[in-house]
Amino acid sequence: MKSAGTIVAVALLIAAGIAIAPLAATEIPPAERRSGYSFMAPDTKAIQDDDTANPGMLWVLDGEALWNSKAGATGNACADCHNDARASMKGVAARYPAYDKALARPVNLEQRINLCRTRQQQATPFAFESRDLLALTAFVAEQSRGAAIAPEATAELAPFVAKGRDFFMRRQGQLNLGCTNCHDDNWDKHLAGSAVTQALPTGYPIYRLEWQSLGSLQRRLRNCITGMRAQNYDYGAPELVELELYLMTRARGMPIETPAVRP
Amino acid sequence: MASALINVPKKAKRGEIIEIKTLMSHIMETGYRHTAAGQLVPRDIITSFTCRFNGAEIFRADLFPAIAANPFVTFFTIANESGKFDFEWIGDNGFTETASAAISVE
Ligand code: HEC
Ligand code: HEC
Repeated sequence: MKSAGTIVAVALLIAAGIAIAPLAATEIPPAERRSGYSFMAPDTKAIQDDDTANPGMLWVLDGEALWNSKAGATGNACADCHNDARASMKGVAARYPAYDKALARPVNLEQRINLCRTRQQQATPFAFESRDLLALTAFVAEQSRGAAIAPEATAELAPFVAKGRDFFMRRQGQLNLGCTNCHDDNWDKHLAGSAVTQALPTGYPIYRLEWQSLGSLQRRLRNCITGMRAQNYDYGAPELVELELYLMTRARGMPIETPAVRP
Repeated sequence: MASALINVPKKAKRGEIIEIKTLMSHIMETGYRHTAAGQLVPRDIITSFTCRFNGAEIFRADLFPAIAANPFVTFFTIANESGKFDFEWIGDNGFTETASAAISVE
């Protein structure tokens, strides 16, 4: 009897604890957070550590060429307005997704670059996951390498962070799993041969060995959603941007590794 | 927008063993895959990689469909004299790319 009562009390405490936990709290204590890098085999780490072995750097090089090339009806290159990316883009990727006033919602880095394509260059936006968009995104994000992840903690963004968090916590799909069931509860275990990891988006776009290519955070998220056999979302969908935003708040303070390598 | 990343030491001592690292941008499509509609995706791979030092071939490799995208080829050589490494990649559909790097040997 006594033990049953204790279990009920503990269950109530847990329920209360979850209910009063502030939104955007880091679900994994800061001291226990680990980049996906730390779960990798030494061989895979070695690829990321050496810029002349990391295939992601090929996209960074392409992105640099695009940064300097004229495009669209205005004939402006990114560099004509933003000059040297090493200075102007430093730290930018660390605070994306960010709020766009005109759209009244957060946009991720890919969308932000496409907004400059349409608004500033009067050019057609790049397709999601196209080589050009990944290359420019990788080039811009690489300027933040080592910078601490710092999504803006504003009242405008708060409701979107909350939606992303709700998505992460909610059980869904044919397997009735939430992201949290793997990435908070079982991050130290394996799923088949893969380390589950903590889902901290420290290195995007990443060169994923399984993809044989660079890919965005949304591509990675769509992979996990497919794995959960849940309803998936198109690239650029608000739900995926909100999820990205929430994941960045979980990784607050961790250094950007772009272009990271992942298995 | 094919591009290469080359890592050759700028300087070496005479007789020193040095490592050369090369990374070439390429999809390395095997020719064994099919689209969702059942059509074969044609093979598109790099078939050969060569390195010459001051004009003389010092390393060659043949590449095959089982090699991963963006092939990373590294090898060792002995630095005997100053000069220039010339790298060449040749592949399907008329693919050719070159790159070079200089070394000074003391
Ligand atoms: C069934 C367990 C499972 C669920 C549920 C799951 N994931 Fe994953 N996730 C994984 C595994 C395993 C990997 C690592 C795969 C690899 O690269 O080896 C991963 C990788 C990731 C990564 C990449 C981390 C890095 O280091 O780059 C992110 C981000 C991520 N998941 C987010 C999510 C989100 C968001 C959800 C919910 C929509 C989710 N995952 C649901 C198992 C899961
Ligand atoms: C005609 C000038 C112009 C051109 C060309 C231009 N931009 Fe911009 N960009 C701006 C301005 C102005 C802003 C900030 C105001 C806004 O639009 O919200 C901005 C903002 C940005 C931001 C967000 C910076 C931040 O601090 O949040 C990024 C990233 C960016 N641009 C990337 C690019 C890229 C990549 C290109 C080339 C494809 C490009 N821009 C071309 C003018 C330009």
